[in-house]
Amino acid sequence: MAERPEDLHTSIHATHPLVGTELTFGSVTDKISAIVLKRKTPITWFIGFAISFALFQLMMLAITKLVFVGIGEWGVNIPVGWGMDILNFVWWIGIGHAGTLISAILLLLRQKWRTSINRFAEAMTLFAVAQAGMYPIMHLGRPWLAYWLFPYPNTMGIWPQFRSPLMWDVFAVSTYATVSALFWFVGLIPDFATLRDRARSKPFQIIYGMLAMGWRGSARHWHRYETAYLLLAGLATPLVLSVHTIVSFDFAVGIIPGWHATIFPPYFVAGAIYAGFAMVILLTVPLRKLYGLESFITMRHMHNMAKVMLATGLIVFYGYIIEAFFGWYSGNKFEHFMIWNRMHGPYAAFYWTLIFCNGLTPQFLWFKKIRGNLLLLWIISVIVSIGMWLERFVIVVVSLSRDFVPSSWGLYRPSQWDWAMFIGTIGFFFALLFLFIRFLPMISIFEMRTILPEAEVEE
Amino acid sequence: MKDKAHLYGVMAQFDTPSALVTAARETYAAGYRQINGYSPFPIEELSEAIGFKRSALPMIVLIGGIIGGLGGFLMQYWIEVIDYPINVGGKPFNSWPAFIPITFECTVLVAAFAAVLGMLALNKLPQPYHPVFNAPNFALATRDSFFLVIESKDPKFDHDQAVSFLRSLEARDVIDVEL
Repeated sequence: MAERPEDLHTSIHATHPLVGTELTFGSVTDKISAIVLKRKTPITWFIGFAISFALFQLMMLAITKLVFVGIGEWGVNIPVGWGMDILNFVWWIGIGHAGTLISAILLLLRQKWRTSINRFAEAMTLFAVAQAGMYPIMHLGRPWLAYWLFPYPNTMGIWPQFRSPLMWDVFAVSTYATVSALFWFVGLIPDFATLRDRARSKPFQIIYGMLAMGWRGSARHWHRYETAYLLLAGLATPLVLSVHTIVSFDFAVGIIPGWHATIFPPYFVAGAIYAGFAMVILLTVPLRKLYGLESFITMRHMHNMAKVMLATGLIVFYGYIIEAFFGWYSGNKFEHFMIWNRMHGPYAAFYWTLIFCNGLTPQFLWFKKIRGNLLLLWIISVIVSIGMWLERFVIVVVSLSRDFVPSSWGLYRPSQWDWAMFIGTIGFFFALLFLFIRFLPMISIFEMRTILPEAEVEE
Repeated sequence: MKDKAHLYGVMAQFDTPSALVTAARETYAAGYRQINGYSPFPIEELSEAIGFKRSALPMIVLIGGIIGGLGGFLMQYWIEVIDYPINVGGKPFNSWPAFIPITFECTVLVAAFAAVLGMLALNKLPQPYHPVFNAPNFALATRDSFFLVIESKDPKFDHDQAVSFLRSLEARDVIDVEL
């Protein structure tokens, strides 16, 4: 790889190699599989899992109460009928988007640095989408009837309304979850085989053996496998763009000022990737330290992720500026009031914190020194995650709370159960991630082998 | 045990992907056709070297996508126009632009299933047992070793000849793989 011109010309590539130069096929295999099979589970894992599992129980409590009481336990009421449930839905599903971007889009763009982080980011996608999916279902009020959303022949003789963006959302999110799971599982098959062949204990051999489905690394299999993987990436790429586009249609098709804007689809997609990369950095910084993965997830990965975050952050900031411009230039007094209300209304503090988090903070990423400082990078990622949550708050809540008629205005305050549910989903997300890093290879072993210099076939 | 009936083939073990690809090319050039390579990661040159032709998978995925797209649109058309027509704000029953998002999602969904299930079916997976797993070192095929097998069903296959041929390719080891 070293002869490739782009690797020589850029100083960052020379000082920060893609992966540690000491790695071989054997050591890559042993190091990653040992995390699952051999190494003692670190005490921090148990502590982290215990905390997140406890928070997950909080979510179960909130859901149980919801099933008995109904969504009256939440703070939502007319005019703000979409409160934290929908803004958390959008927040979680946005986080998921970075995983698909890393695994699919960067694969199509032949960005080899994706290899160290794609497995982990895909897992993050799946678990984030799982949290996201819960919110609209719980918001139904009678979540046990969620299957009514799907078109199935029923004795009531009725069908869903396909002109509604909410129906598009059902199809977009469920397709996204399914395709992400397929993509993830296909990527795991050869690694299951690796674990099957390395496992010492019978139960692990059997479980990984069943999951590997008899994978044996045959050249014919690899050929079809690569074709399938590439095609899946090609399918996932427009899919991921469509999902957040359709999520933005949930708002943009409505006529509420602050929602009804043509800029929403690209601005939502950029925001999703921005939030997702922040979450990937948030998770990988402690993880690579904890498991000593510095030679796999190198500083070059951190620099690249920070740059993607900066680029998408700029698009998001542009979105905020354009929203304000629309409000002023439209000449429409409701649009004008909407922007004034964001900046000076009862939720003005949210708006200005949002501008600080998403508009100003990412500007620090212009500096190479800051991109290379893991602590600062981590702090910026936390701020960005909070900022993206605030962005959805401003869009969902602030727009709804004051629409056209002042007599129908009202304020929204999340109840303790809103917070319990939100904190609970964070716990559930982390509990799933902890299980994932304990029982599955968090870095794609077979793809790591392909990027080693010794994988080159010399003619 | 050396007769053709009990033998899956003879297997040579190599240490590097280059050695495997070179050996596979020479084996193919020597006239063997029922050969296969085994490696811990995909090697583009290897499938060419063993004479593997284009896969049917892209066509399967295309057909899946077409079925998904047509199915998705026709489902909505049938529901909204024929079975359950409802006037929403005076919009036409066949509001086709509004049907595009779901049509697109259905296209991707069915095509993705076609890609995964098609790949598994063409590879005949899941397949819990395969003779190559009998080879003592074969667990290394998922670590750092590279294998080439001349299968006994090859018309040119002769056990002693195949073994000596593989030995001439500087294999680290050549062994028999039993059925």
